[in-house]
Amino acid sequence: MKKTLLSAIIGTAAIGLGATAASAATLDDVKAKGFVQCGVNTGLAGFAAPDSAGNWTGFDVDYCRAIAAAIFADPTKVKFTPTTAKERFPALQSGEVDVLARNTTWTLNRDTALGLDFRPINYYDGQGFMVRKSLNVASALELSGAAVCVQAGTTTELNLADYFKANNLQYNPVVFEKLEEVNAAYDAGRCDVYTTDASGLYSLRLTLKNPDEHMILPEIISKEPLGPAVRQGDDQWFDVVSWTHFALIQAEEFGITQANVDEIKASTTNPDVKRFLGAEADSKLGTDLGLSNDWAYNIIKALGNYGEVFDRNIGEGSPLKIQRGLNALWTKGGIQYAPPVR
Amino acid sequence: MAIQSTNAPVSSWNMRSLIYDPKFRSYFFQAITILLLVAIVWWIADNTIENLQRSNTASGFQFLSSRAGFDIGQSLIGYSSDATYGRALLVGLLNTLLVAVTGIITATIIGFVVGIGRLSHNWLIAKLCTVYVEVFRNIPPLLVIFFWYSGVLAVLPQPRESLALPFSMFLNNRGLAFPKPIFGDGFWLVSVALLIGIVAAMFVTRWAHQRQDRTGQQFPSIWASIALILGLPALTFLAIGSPLTFDYPVAGRFNLTGGSVIGPEFASLYLALSFYTAAFIAEIVRAGILGVSKGQTEASAALGLKPAKITRLVVVPQAMRIIIPPLTSQYLNLTKNSSLAIAIGFADLVAVGGTILNQTGQAIEVVAIWMIVYLSLSILTSIFMNWFNARMALVER
Repeated sequence: MKKTLLSAIIGTAAIGLGATAASAATLDDVKAKGFVQCGVNTGLAGFAAPDSAGNWTGFDVDYCRAIAAAIFADPTKVKFTPTTAKERFPALQSGEVDVLARNTTWTLNRDTALGLDFRPINYYDGQGFMVRKSLNVASALELSGAAVCVQAGTTTELNLADYFKANNLQYNPVVFEKLEEVNAAYDAGRCDVYTTDASGLYSLRLTLKNPDEHMILPEIISKEPLGPAVRQGDDQWFDVVSWTHFALIQAEEFGITQANVDEIKASTTNPDVKRFLGAEADSKLGTDLGLSNDWAYNIIKALGNYGEVFDRNIGEGSPLKIQRGLNALWTKGGIQYAPPVR
Repeated sequence: MAIQSTNAPVSSWNMRSLIYDPKFRSYFFQAITILLLVAIVWWIADNTIENLQRSNTASGFQFLSSRAGFDIGQSLIGYSSDATYGRALLVGLLNTLLVAVTGIITATIIGFVVGIGRLSHNWLIAKLCTVYVEVFRNIPPLLVIFFWYSGVLAVLPQPRESLALPFSMFLNNRGLAFPKPIFGDGFWLVSVALLIGIVAAMFVTRWAHQRQDRTGQQFPSIWASIALILGLPALTFLAIGSPLTFDYPVAGRFNLTGGSVIGPEFASLYLALSFYTAAFIAEIVRAGILGVSKGQTEASAALGLKPAKITRLVVVPQAMRIIIPPLTSQYLNLTKNSSLAIAIGFADLVAVGGTILNQTGQAIEVVAIWMIVYLSLSILTSIFMNWFNARMALVER
């Protein structure tokens, strides 16, 4: 306690001056102010990046919009806060953002010591390596002596150290704080290897001067379960964020899409689907969440199901063309699974 | 509160005299200032503690002894991912000090040359120095750093096409690789010889001064000093059989391996800070020299001193008294500006601290460490420069 006081007096920065203190009832705060404040990446094509008109688009961005749709039946009631890897946790802890949807890996340390809560995993990722084809490297195990570009303060940076140590390889880390700086340095040839989550590598390769000159090595050296994070100790808000993801998954499982959701809602006789879309009389599922009964309908109507969100931003319908892989539904060989909505 | 209660029974005549009493007024306003200050600090501390508790984050400085788990590219001391966060911060601090000290030395040299050059009677030299000062003084330091960094990366070749320089040195966009000296047995004798040489040179200089004061005869003490400082270690080195070998850089699969490397991050930060700060130092030097009255120069000339000696013996010593105080500010600025290293990935205190902040989530503690370290560095620099200033101050005789 004494140490806290001392550091508090000295460190007037960061949390101290944040007058908008982390409140216990985030859902009430969000409803009162009329929008969701969402922490996203500063610019990672496919996940969160502003388009040419200045609108934020991407996989993580759609999660922010889905949460807004669930609460307000309007996916535009969301404001975005771009955060670097370093800024993201203080931004969430201090209450500057309500939810962090920023391709953030769920780890024990972050779940506990950092005071965050993770539950749904919206993207199962793993760390990979990208190199220039001209180096003639076929495996990450041949990388001894290489200079490796990496972003500061990420799990990637830690996995990198562990992997090279475990395999007794030498390397020279070249560490930058901002993603754009890492990209620029790699593109300028400051380092031989670029390492981050495999999804990130696919996205970043597109922004290089000559994407075809680069290849991604086959090794995946870590588990990177990515998902939205909220502050610890606010179970209601945690539930809203979690069930937004589960609704997206459940909709895909039911085969409900943005295009057919109205038709299905009007015509279905399946009690499961009726309950899910809020068409069942006297259902209290939505109100128990603190939302309206047609919350799931609102999400699907605004954004489509998980498969549509995936395809549009990072899958076959996007320049990234990432395969579903582990992120396919559990019924289709993947591990995306939602608890029953009942 | 106390003031009001004691004043309550006093009559209005006394009240008025109290209001106009300068002593009372001064105490009153000081008390209000202190109250306000305490209230603000209390509010900040209270708010921080409450928010920390509510955000369920760990706090305290225990994390400093945990395993860091990340690697650092540039380190002056032994460091691996198994070392502690505390040691990682030490690596960052040493990198900050390295760039600050080398930067201050270089900036001072360039600054003095350019500052004196601006006063030169040679039109070309004076104009060149003016252009230098105006260019660097009017560009933000971050842009100067980017200029050097992207310049270095863009111009220099890839490692496989390294430029070969004399003495087995190589230059590429990963930095300047040069042979690393490996000191053999008995090399410490050379260091001892160097130390003896320096001490001897100091004695010779003192003796020469005393002799000149006594007899007026001059002694080439500069050349004698150089001979002592360089010659003594060189002779020792040869006498004990040259115990020095080199580890040469050789081409590896990706980079040059072996030898020592000055990375482009350090090089660009060092160059940028030196050139940027030198522009300000040049102006301070010019102001200092112009601040010495013209009569001093004329009197020295009348005594028959040559122009070079007038500058060295009469003008500069007096100008130093004007130069040193603002020079201290520039040294502090350079040290603090070194935190811009984060933009180009040089592992200084702020960059390393930022990584630790993110891995541990202990923002307040890391920010507190940053502030304490920079404050200490600044205070130490100030103390040293104040001591130097006192030494150079005018001694009344």
